Formats: sequence, C-alpha cells, structure tokens
Amino acid sequence: MDLKTFVPFSPCSRWLLLVALVGSEASSDLNESADSPAQHAPKAWFAASSSVPDERISVFELDYDYVQIPYEVTLWILLASLAKIGFHLCRRLPGLMPESCLLILVGALVGGIIFGTDHKSPPVMDSSIYFLYLLPPIVLESGYFMPTRPFLENIGSILWWAGLGALVNALGIGLSLYLVCRVGAFGLGDLSLLETLLFGSLLSAVDPAAVLAVFEEARVNEQLYMIIFGEALLNDGISVVLYNILIAFTKMHKFEDIEPVDILAGCARFIIVGCGGVFFGVIFGFISAFITRFTQNISAIEPLIVFMFSYLSYLAAETLYLSGILAITACAVTMKKYVEENVSQTSYTTIKYFMKMLSSVSETLIFIFMGVSTIGKNHEWNWAFICFTLVFCQIWRAISVFALFYVSNQFRTFPFSIKDQCIIFYSGVRGAGSFSLAFLLPLSLFPRKKLFVTATLVVIYFTAFIQGITIGPLVRYLDVRKTNKKESINEELHIRLMDHLKAGIEDVCGHWSHYQVRDKFKKFDHRYLRKILIRKNQPKSSIVSLYKKLEMKQAIEMVETGILSSTAFSISNQAQRIQGIKRLSPEDVESMRDILTRNMYQVRQRTPSYNKYNLKPQTSEKQAKEILIRRQNTLRESMRKGHSLPWAKPAGTKNIRYLSVPYSNLQLPERDTRAPESSDDHGSGSEFPPITFSAPSRTGMLQERRRTQETIPMRNLPRGGTALHFGHHEGNGSHEELAGRGRRAAVRPRPLFHAVDEEYESGEEVEGAASAAGARWTAEQGHNRGHHESQSPLLQRK
Amino acid sequence: MRPRSAPRGARGTELSPRRDPPRTQAPAAAAQPGAGRRGQRPWPARTMGAAHSASEEVRELEGKTGFSSEQIEQLHRRFKQLSGDQPTIRNLRKGPSGLADEIDFEDFLTIMSYFRPIDTTLGEEQVELSRKEKLRFLFHMYDSDSDGRITLEEYRNVVEELLSGNPHIEKESARSIADGAMMEAASVCVGQMEPDQVYEGITFEDFLKIWQGIDIETKMHVRFLNMETIALCH
Repeated sequence: MDLKTFVPFSPCSRWLLLVALVGSEASSDLNESADSPAQHAPKAWFAASSSVPDERISVFELDYDYVQIPYEVTLWILLASLAKIGFHLCRRLPGLMPESCLLILVGALVGGIIFGTDHKSPPVMDSSIYFLYLLPPIVLESGYFMPTRPFLENIGSILWWAGLGALVNALGIGLSLYLVCRVGAFGLGDLSLLETLLFGSLLSAVDPAAVLAVFEEARVNEQLYMIIFGEALLNDGISVVLYNILIAFTKMHKFEDIEPVDILAGCARFIIVGCGGVFFGVIFGFISAFITRFTQNISAIEPLIVFMFSYLSYLAAETLYLSGILAITACAVTMKKYVEENVSQTSYTTIKYFMKMLSSVSETLIFIFMGVSTIGKNHEWNWAFICFTLVFCQIWRAISVFALFYVSNQFRTFPFSIKDQCIIFYSGVRGAGSFSLAFLLPLSLFPRKKLFVTATLVVIYFTAFIQGITIGPLVRYLDVRKTNKKESINEELHIRLMDHLKAGIEDVCGHWSHYQVRDKFKKFDHRYLRKILIRKNQPKSSIVSLYKKLEMKQAIEMVETGILSSTAFSISNQAQRIQGIKRLSPEDVESMRDILTRNMYQVRQRTPSYNKYNLKPQTSEKQAKEILIRRQNTLRESMRKGHSLPWAKPAGTKNIRYLSVPYSNLQLPERDTRAPESSDDHGSGSEFPPITFSAPSRTGMLQERRRTQETIPMRNLPRGGTALHFGHHEGNGSHEELAGRGRRAAVRPRPLFHAVDEEYESGEEVEGAASAAGARWTAEQGHNRGHHESQSPLLQRK
Repeated sequence: MRPRSAPRGARGTELSPRRDPPRTQAPAAAAQPGAGRRGQRPWPARTMGAAHSASEEVRELEGKTGFSSEQIEQLHRRFKQLSGDQPTIRNLRKGPSGLADEIDFEDFLTIMSYFRPIDTTLGEEQVELSRKEKLRFLFHMYDSDSDGRITLEEYRNVVEELLSGNPHIEKESARSIADGAMMEAASVCVGQMEPDQVYEGITFEDFLKIWQGIDIETKMHVRFLNMETIALCH
C-alpha cells in the first residue's frame, strides 16, 4: 500500500521539486504542465484504490486544489519579480521600454502557458476583489508619494485638466463611437449610447506611470511633470466615479427610461461622490496623524496605523457610495506630512517600502490577468469598432489637451507651451485601470462585453508599447524645457526666503492669491495643526531635516568610502593623552551600528521623484558625495595652510571671513576643565581603542602628530564645541564610524552635528546618550559664548 | 489676464544695482533710496482719474517698470490706501539704519516690478537679463551691508529670521544651517580651494552660479492683477 501510494505521486513531487528549483520562467511552464496530471492523478489513484479499504493514513498526499489560487498567484508574482530583475540586469532594456511593457509581456506569457496547457486559471479577478484589494494599494501609493508642494502650486491646472480632461475624453469617445455604431455596415447596431459612454469612461483612465519614469529621467520641467502626475493621481478616481454612475444608469435603464432629472441627479452625484470622498480622506488622514502622535513606545505598529487608516478611509467612503479612490488619495496626502514627522525612522522606511511593494504586487497581478485574458477564446474582433476606438482615443485626447490647455493657459503666468501640450497628448498611455474596468463589466448588462474587452486590450497594447517606447525619444527630440533641480541647502534657503518675500509682496499689493493662501495655511498649520498632530519633542522644520539628511549622507559616505577607517586605529597615544579620552561601551557600539546600518540610507526624502515601480536610490547621493569629497579636500588643504597663519591676530583690522578651519589660542583653560568631564561621561571602559579628534591626515604623515595637536583647539571654539559634542556622540558608534567622524571633526569645522544629534535624540531612541549630549552641548555653549563674537570659527579676524 | 508683454529696454538700466533692499519681513516698510529715484516728485494722484490712459506719467512708468496701465492704476490705488492718501509711504518702524524713511509711488512700483513674471516669449538675452535682475534683488536681500558679498554673518541672520517662526528651533541649528549652506556655496563656487585661499562670502557671481539651473522664472513672481481684489480681502 505504501508503495502504491507513493508511486503515482512521484512525478508530482518531482515536478514540485523542479518548480522550486528552477523557479524562473520555466517554473510556471512546468507547473502548468504539472497541474493537469497532478489533478488527475489523485482521482485515478482514488479510483484504483477504491476497492481497497481506504481508512489508513496515507503517507504522502497531494491536494493541489486546496492551494491552487494562492499557489499560482505566488508563482505569478515571483515570476514577474524575476522578470523585473532580469529586465534591470540588462542595461539597455530599461532605457528602451517602460516596465509596464515587461509586465504585460509576462502576463501574456503566463496567459499563453495557461491557454496552451488548457489549464483552468483560477477565477481570481472579480469586481469585489479588484475594488477592495487590488485598487487601493495602487492609489494609496501614488497619493502617498505625491510631492505636495509642486502639486499644490499647480493645483488649478491639474484639477482642470484631470477632471475635465477625463470627462471630455469619456464623453467624446462615447458619443463618437455611438455615431459610428449607427452606421449599419459595421454590425454594431445593438450598442446603445450608454454602453459606448461607459466604454469611453473606462478608456479615459490613463496610467502614465511609464511616462513619469521617462520624465524623471529626462528631467522635464516641473509643471509638465506635475500635470502628468496629477492626471495619474486623479484620473483613476474620476473615471471610476463616472463608470459607476454609468453602470447605475444602465441598470436603471433596463427597467425604465432615463429622464433628464436622472441625468441632473447623475451630475450632482458625480460632484458629491468626488467631494465627499476627498472630505472623508482628509478626516481620516488627520485622525491617523493624530494617533501616530502617541505611538512612540510601540513603534512597531506605526506602519499598521498608516495602512489601516488609509484603507479604512477607502472602505468608509465606499460604504457611503462615495469615491473611495479619492478618499484614500486625500488621506495619504493629508497624513503623510504629519506621520512622517511622528513615526520613527524605521517605521517610515517600512511604510515606504511596504507601500511600494503592495502597489507593485497589485499592478503585477492586474497585468497578469490582462495577459491571461488576452490569450484565450473570449474575444470578439470587429475591425471597425477597434480601429475607430483607437483613432477616437487619440483624437479626443488631442482635442481635450489643446482645448483645455488653451483655456487654462489664459490664467497661468507660465503657460504650457505647444511642446508641453504635445507631450501631454502623447502621454495618454492606458494601463491596468482601463483593463480592469472593462474586464469587470457585468455580462448581464453588456452582452457585447467581449468586444469591449478586446478593444480595450488593443488600446492598452498600442499605447503601452508604441507610445510608451517612443515617448522617451520624443521628449528628447522636442527638447522640452528642462529643470535641473538639485537638492541643496542653498536652494532650499532661497526658496524659503522667496516664499516669505512673495507673500509679503502680495500683501503689499493687496492681492490675494496662492502665496497668501499658503502663508496663511502655514501659520494655521504651525499654530494649531502641528501642535495637535505632532509629537511634542520633534520640532523639525523641513529645512532642518533636509540639512540633516545631507549631513547624514555625508557621514555615511565617509564611513563607506573607507578612506578614513584605515587611520582609525593608528591614533597616537600622544594624542590620546592630550585629548579627553573617549571610550564606548559595547552596547552603545551595537545600537549605534544598528542605527547606522538600518536607518541612515533611508533618510527622509523630500524630492518629487516618483517611480511607480521602485524607490529610487537617493537622487542626490552623488552630489552629496561630491560636496563631501570637495569639502574634505578643501579643508584638508586649508588645514595645511593653517600653519602659515598667525595664531594671534590683531583685533580691529578689517574683517575677513574665512571658510576654513578655525584656529584659536584661547582654549587652554577650558580644555582643562572639560577633559575630566568627558572622561567621566564615557568612562565605562572598553576594549576599543580610544577615539580622539585628532586628524591623521593622509597627506602628510610626518606632520600628523603635530597637526593633531594644533587642531585640538577646535574643540573649544563655539563650533569646536560641536566637535566635542560630536565626539561624545560617536561614543556610540562603530569604530569605522568613529574614525571617520572623528577625523572629520578635526578636518573641518562641522557646525551641524548638533542637528544630527537631534535626529538621534528624537528618532533613533538613543535617549540616554543623546540627552547627555544635549546637556553637554548647552554647557559648552555657556563656556564658549564669551568668545563667540571674536572667535567664530568661520569668521575670523585677521 | 496675463500681464502683457511690455517694453523692457528701459528696465535694464533703470533697475540696476539696488542697495539696501527691504528685509524679509518688512517689504512694505522698506524702500530703496537713491539709485533709481528721480527727485522727490510725488505721484500726481489726480491724473489717475478717468483720463489715466492718456497720462504721460503712466506711460512713462509703463515703460520703466513693464506694468500695464491697468496694473499701475491698480497698484496706485493700493499705494494710496497704504499711505493714507499721502504721496509717500513713511517707514513707521524705526529699523536699523539703511532703510529708507519713505518711498514714493515710483519706488513702490519699481520694487514691485522685480516680481513681475518673466516674459519668456522675449529673446534669450532679455530673459537672461531679467533673470539676473531678479537675482540681484534677491542677492541684496541677503547682503545687508551692501558690500557685494553675502558674508557668513549676513547669511546667518537671514536663516535665523527665516526660522524664527518656529519657536522650537534653536538659534544654533539656524546658525549651523547657514554655516552648512556657506560651505556648500563654497564648494559649488570655488570647487577645490587652494591652500591659501579663503572663502570670504558669496559674491554676486557666485550667487548666480548657485542659482544656475534653478529656474527662478517660475519661482520669483507674483501675479499682478488688473482687477480690484482688495475688496475681497478686507
């Protein structure tokens, strides 16, 4: 019996093993082919063994049906992920075609396999699954990663274009197709106006994620980027609302005629559904922001709160027949700002990645369903209908772009140029949304659903492949206005100043426009919202966090490049004696290392960069590195120069500002007082080599020791205070980090460690150490305040 | 609705370097003495009546500042409102020295004209010119002692004021930010510094360098309306 049990299953187990081993595209192939025998085999076995009493426990059993759906879905996602890996391994490919094309191809492959093996694919996609589980993550993701500021700056045009554009497209395509259907020769006479309108509305949902990726790469100007982004964000919501209303009309039409009153009611409903959705979203956004205020002790559930509340906003809106999509978008946008400040760095990272992951899973699944339903027998091909659909899609997009932007340009200070409009026209790529809506049409109401699905698929394939692939070259060819926004402190400062300036000027002129509104909102935000929604001890303004970010990045770079680590342990004993000795406890080292490895890379991101499929590596990393290296060089150079500078300068001569390492001769007494203090603090004793601030320069090894001594004074300068402080901080760091930073502290006046500390204090839960640092910092300040005027490190008197 | 394109030839010379621009918080109260000012001629209020379009002065101002006559009229109305029907606005706040005591309408208009959106339909040169002018204005916002350099101290002051709205941020972080920004500016402008080199402050050229690529055209402008909107906000 045992033998008997085993024999029929050996092929299956072998297959399973193979599936697990091969794991790539071949895997699903095997799996599919494995399926059919796998399903039949048990039956055959049961039939064969029915004569034998069957009560014994079988040693090996297989129940594929039980796991079929999750099993296949997992394989699909895995397959798509592997395909993505392959896609990005191949260097030329990503530049050539958008990622959605790849997904579609993978979907078609899976569909082909399923069709070829005659395997019955699990009926996974239906209306409730799509709307309840697949759609929300996609929308949430694009809402959450929306760059708020440029979005709000262009909000008028975005609303105008996304809202009216979708309407014009839907109505235009619907009406003109209806007219075509009236021509008897095409055999489309049975399509009613409502049906074509519905078809138009589902085709009006564009999915320009691929276009955004191209824009990102080509660095097109911000307003063009934001228009497309806004369209991607709002378009889904609007066309789904339209779709639902039209479905409701169709249902009603089955039983009674539609009267003008109903149409009016439909329009009113359209507005209420939209606005109500947004309202719900904002409320839920505030609630979740408020709740994250109290999660500092259980930060593990912070991501959960974010996700659950967004989802709740979606569900709550849907319960009331409001637009869940707009609700979840508004919720994400509202809460993002506050949540980001409240949650810990780890949670923030989790939220980001989890969101990306969920949405990419959803999208992959939709594309695979699309592939599965592409290849199959459920198509109805009608040349006229399909060709006209394609043509009308393009024509109406062109009409709506040029007409709507003609109008909105009258109100814009910086109009969209003709080139911009061409790009917008060309970016009308249809995607997963259109397909899902078409796929979900109820067959009972739409007898010619197959035709719709086929036409939608053709439009999607056409736009995704032809337009998606050619838009990159087109953008480059048309040479649209570019921006090269970089992330720098200076820019951030200037823009801040400009905000104030513009608000002030508008005030003077007595105008009332969006700078004023923004200013007012900021005041309101500071005075009330932030007080309520944000944790008390996190007084951060975005400029500070930006700065911290750059700082952190540099710190990592320093460690990463490894230039400095080699010198870490060679710090001379002499230097050790001179300086306050810093030791660190192993636990501190551990926690610090943890923080570094896990958090530092994902410092809060404020760039408007957006990629549907991936979280970009920090865009400004290169630049930061550059700055870092330059700075390092600069300061090393100026260190050397320091020897030639007179130590004591006559006061009263003309002010000359140096941006170089501070030198001072006033440090001695203070150093004496401080040295014991710092050793007290860290006197825990450890095996680690003591770290000092000395700067073992790589350039002049001979001078090293001498220079080390000379740079000590830094510590006692106002800025130098930071250096000491920083050293304390380092106390928790890994050796490499220590070395890197320690050296850096000496190499250049780094005034900003204070800021960095703040970050640790608040976000990284190094409370004990950090607060000690803070205390010391203030003490230091007290010490140094006296010298501040004349001894500012960067501002020296000659 | 968009401000119409206006002759800009005159602006270049008229609005060249301004000393002592308004500080961040008090653009209203501050003004610029000297450079572009033509004596103490008060703006003739009565010419702003029905026959304004024929008025020579309006036309002159149009040429100088690039505003349309509707906008000028609109701004004049506002000016009168602010000054209480006086020919000049007095600086009520006794700030640090260097701020003007009073400004007349022409000064007022000149300041406002820095915030006109750049007309990108004009030639490359014109755009570049007005871009530079805007930046110069901005530069002087930082350069409070008008020595042609934004020194660290000046930068710090600006940053401190910018951050003063948030009571949680200590002065130290503001200073640190300014220091960092200065470092960054140095690295952008000078690149690798020679051993004997010191970075004394951001000169206007450096300032331009920093702003390179950031399109100020879309950032530094206010929409000047032709219509009356004061009624809406008061």
